Amino acid sequence: MSSLPQVGAIARRSIVRTSRQPASVIPPLVFPVALMAVNAGGLRSSTDLPGFPTASFLAFALAVPFIQGALFSTMNAGTDLARDVQTGFINRLSLTALRDWPLLIGQLAGVVVLGMVQVLFYLAVGLTAGVRFESGPLGILVLLAYGVIVALSFGALGAWLAFRTGSGETIQALFPVLFVFLFISSMNAPRNLIGIEWFRIAATLNPVSYMIECVRSLIITGWDPQALALGFGFVIALGIVSLMLASRALRTRMTRT
Amino acid sequence: MDPSDNGIEVDGLVREYKKGPRAVDGIDITVAPGEIYGFLGPNGAGKSTTVHVLTTLLPPTAGTARVGGYDVVKDGPKVRSLIGVALQEAALDPLLTGRDHLRLQATLQGVRKDQRAARAEELLHRVGLADAADRKVSGYSGGMKRRLDLALALIHSPRVLFLDEPTTGLDPQSRTALWEEVSLLRREDRVTVFLTTQYLEEADVLADRVGIIDQGRLVAEGTPADLKAEIGRPSVHAIPHRDEDRPRIAEFLARFGEPLATTRDVAVRLRDGLGLTDIVRAVDQNGVDIVDLELRAPTLDDVFLAKTGRTLEGATEEAETAEHVTGKR
Repeated sequence: MSSLPQVGAIARRSIVRTSRQPASVIPPLVFPVALMAVNAGGLRSSTDLPGFPTASFLAFALAVPFIQGALFSTMNAGTDLARDVQTGFINRLSLTALRDWPLLIGQLAGVVVLGMVQVLFYLAVGLTAGVRFESGPLGILVLLAYGVIVALSFGALGAWLAFRTGSGETIQALFPVLFVFLFISSMNAPRNLIGIEWFRIAATLNPVSYMIECVRSLIITGWDPQALALGFGFVIALGIVSLMLASRALRTRMTRT
Repeated sequence: MDPSDNGIEVDGLVREYKKGPRAVDGIDITVAPGEIYGFLGPNGAGKSTTVHVLTTLLPPTAGTARVGGYDVVKDGPKVRSLIGVALQEAALDPLLTGRDHLRLQATLQGVRKDQRAARAEELLHRVGLADAADRKVSGYSGGMKRRLDLALALIHSPRVLFLDEPTTGLDPQSRTALWEEVSLLRREDRVTVFLTTQYLEEADVLADRVGIIDQGRLVAEGTPADLKAEIGRPSVHAIPHRDEDRPRIAEFLARFGEPLATTRDVAVRLRDGLGLTDIVRAVDQNGVDIVDLELRAPTLDDVFLAKTGRTLEGATEEAETAEHVTGKR
């Protein structure tokens, strides 16, 4: 039996169940944009700092929702799968002809679709607010591709946590930790302009900074090979490691003879 | 066993959990094709563990099991393709509708695309959920969830059906409806059914043969009629007028047979040659103060009592207490 229909069926379920939970759809769209609006209003004068890379703080801040949305993807993917473990739904799936990898890929396909909806929403908000993409239409396409990889990688991270712990509560508890990574990054200021030394060092060591800077470079710089390489490199590495861990944890979880 | 058979063969099956007791301790079972086999026992007796092994979800620690002619360890995928399973907790997604579930299950079970919708519709009608098919499962009652679970187990027309306590928690009406459906499956589709239950009546009404399991061991097996016939003699149950009279009445009744361990009344298994009239006469002559006196034909509970020394209800309560104490620790 081909695995494609299985992947499609699992992806469809993932999308349907998320779309039926307004609490899973609305916050990832609204909160990042609201946070961006607050920051763009309150930190507008940062653009007067010598060396600030753009005159529009909104353009500078637009990168943040893309990464913040990814954190929500991690949460959603992880919580959904953990619930499947807790309720025994995973046993129902284990009793079918479903193999482990179509379950993982199907679930992640659903996460990617929802991730794309988020990316398109943030993009629409930015463009409507007058943000201009220095990298042009091709840059927007690269950003969409990056959105896919980010959703996939963070979704796989969530899946690994779900299969490993089998507890939605544990995944929820990890959310603040992921948020700390977001805040100790170059989210609100370019790293070279961060005045406090320990914060600058932390932001430099924090991979989330490079993800934000990758997206930001497409918006305010144009084509910055180093920023793109670091951003894509980190997310792809995270994706590979997360997929391997998730796949192994799923095999253990779906133990059957 | 011929792989074309629908039967089940279990030989010396053992399943041990890490740091735990033997959940299943060397059981032998043979279920003939097209038979309804009732696996009766209290909570924690090993019923669900046996089902998990037979449905390939758990490997056995020792022994062998073949379902539909295939070994559950060596031929897991083949076994899964021919069985339908409704586990103890109807694991359903509250956000999906009944129809969503059937479509998903049909795809995952490899039902042909052009047959999926029709098969789902047929099963929705069969289990009486056609009107609720497009409602989210979160709004279903317990009985509806159980019926959907049964429909999901049947989506790929399995040859062997495993039902793990399918009626636990259901109201009498839903329970009867499910019994009828299971009987129909056997009668019309010749499906072999392996049904676990802690309800005596369920095993009695539904099963062709019953296996009684206690503490991981099969303590009795046979048709309900044969098992009851083994016990042979009826029992007499008396309810004292005052609770403090219980010891006196127990002593009085002991003259007529062996005392039985019951919680609600005082009972004895009658000795051969004695009848209810003998007791009524003696009650009258001795002025024994009782509110009710009943003669009961042997039940499967009597079989359980005879084989284990406990009533099924008492064993279930014991298991629940043990679970509670363990949980508290």
